[in-house]
Amino acid sequence: MSEKHIVSSFDRDLESIQATVMKMGGLVEKALMDAVRALKTHDVELAEAVRKGDKVVDELDLTVKTDTAQLLALRSPTASDLRTVLSVMEIASHLERCGDYAKNMAKRTIAMAESGEINGSLAALGRMSTFVEAMVKDALDAYIQRDTEKAAEIIERDLEADQIYNTLFRSLLTHMMEDHRNITVGMHLHFIAKNIERVGDHATGIAEQTIYLATGEFPEDDRPKLDRTALEYQKSEE
Amino acid sequence: MNNMRKIERDVKMTDTKITARSVNVHYGDTHAIKDVDVNIADKTVTAFIGPSGCGKSTFLRCLNRMNDTIDICRVTGEIKIDDKDINHKSVDPVQLRAQVGMVFQKPNPFPKSIYDNIAYGPRIHGLSKSKSELDEIVERALRRGAIWDEVKDRLDQPGTGLSGGQQQRLCIARAVATEPEVLLMDEPCSALDPIATAQVEELIDELRQDYSVVIVTHSMQQAARVSQKTAFFHLGNLVEFNDTGEIFTNPSDPRTESYITGRIG
Repeated sequence: MSEKHIVSSFDRDLESIQATVMKMGGLVEKALMDAVRALKTHDVELAEAVRKGDKVVDELDLTVKTDTAQLLALRSPTASDLRTVLSVMEIASHLERCGDYAKNMAKRTIAMAESGEINGSLAALGRMSTFVEAMVKDALDAYIQRDTEKAAEIIERDLEADQIYNTLFRSLLTHMMEDHRNITVGMHLHFIAKNIERVGDHATGIAEQTIYLATGEFPEDDRPKLDRTALEYQKSEE
Repeated sequence: MNNMRKIERDVKMTDTKITARSVNVHYGDTHAIKDVDVNIADKTVTAFIGPSGCGKSTFLRCLNRMNDTIDICRVTGEIKIDDKDINHKSVDPVQLRAQVGMVFQKPNPFPKSIYDNIAYGPRIHGLSKSKSELDEIVERALRRGAIWDEVKDRLDQPGTGLSGGQQQRLCIARAVATEPEVLLMDEPCSALDPIATAQVEELIDELRQDYSVVIVTHSMQQAARVSQKTAFFHLGNLVEFNDTGEIFTNPSDPRTESYITGRIG
């Protein structure tokens, strides 16, 4: 809806909460990138900065929540305005979680700064995070442009992110089983991989909100849901 | 809990009370209503919304032939209540208006006692045989109007002495006293304060058990609160007619969207 409201302050309220969410998006994208860079380069200082930086994201999330509550109470938005407010609230929650994952990755980077790595796993994590970061960026772009096609494509891409995670999971598990001294690092790296995979899920969540915002309907979830990798692996070992 | 609310809000569209087909209204040279087709369900609150001059009140007034009283007004098309053509020459408009009650924007009690305000309609339509029967009708109507407890001890006092909100509920009670099947309300709360408005809205929800209620309102929030179906009128056209929940979350016509979100449209 490009038309302006008759009450122009309503437009300013809506623009303001959307701008706050976009600011969150920028910070979260940077936090994810920095977290993975810190991991790959064993940069404890950068990891520490990421850890501390999450506070700002949390504060912005709170701002979005209070501003949307006010807007709901004072403006009684309807139709696309209502969907804007609802989607902004959801997207802020998704981004806040992504920020937490970046922070958690940074914490683990600090914890395992002294330990070595498991063969090639950092490179694989780097590839996975590049893939998922692009999903987040594109999801936010699709949201700004109200581009439902792009959003639908991001939902498809999450399947690939899950597959990359499953491959990493297998490889980490193998290394840990081969040599139990790998377990501490292996567990940290696995949690980091899981964090990145979850970020992909949140990018998908943002894309779903874009579709809801634009069409008033949620996309049907027809993707295969159950991840059997871990279970199958266990079975074949028995 | 959620499901119960959903069932409560659900409308059985099979029970159509009013059918309008190709309704056109002209005031002299002005084409006020353009080819309106609509099915209004029984035991449902239907809200008509739209900007001033869009025709919503004009269309409402077609439903009990109130437009007959305006000389330059010409109504064409077909309006049926329970499959009976209300514009047929065999239909007596006075009888029709007993069957299709109306409540107006400004409370307009008769300058008579509270009792006589209610008893007037049943008397002229011969609905009671005795004083005690009339007493019952008056009490039942005042109870349905959710005002009995406030006035039962002063039925002989003038209706005009009541507060605005009470007067409006008195008028609603008066409208239901003749046992109508349809209740038309033209901006029934626009002269009332928020508390009186809430009381009338609660009453409308209760009346839905027995009547088909059609309400014209400028307050979109009121339409959203009280109705199950909403019709949006614009420049004499019925632009969109759908479940109220759908209209207010995901309207299909851009004109509806512009209007309900408060944009220039």
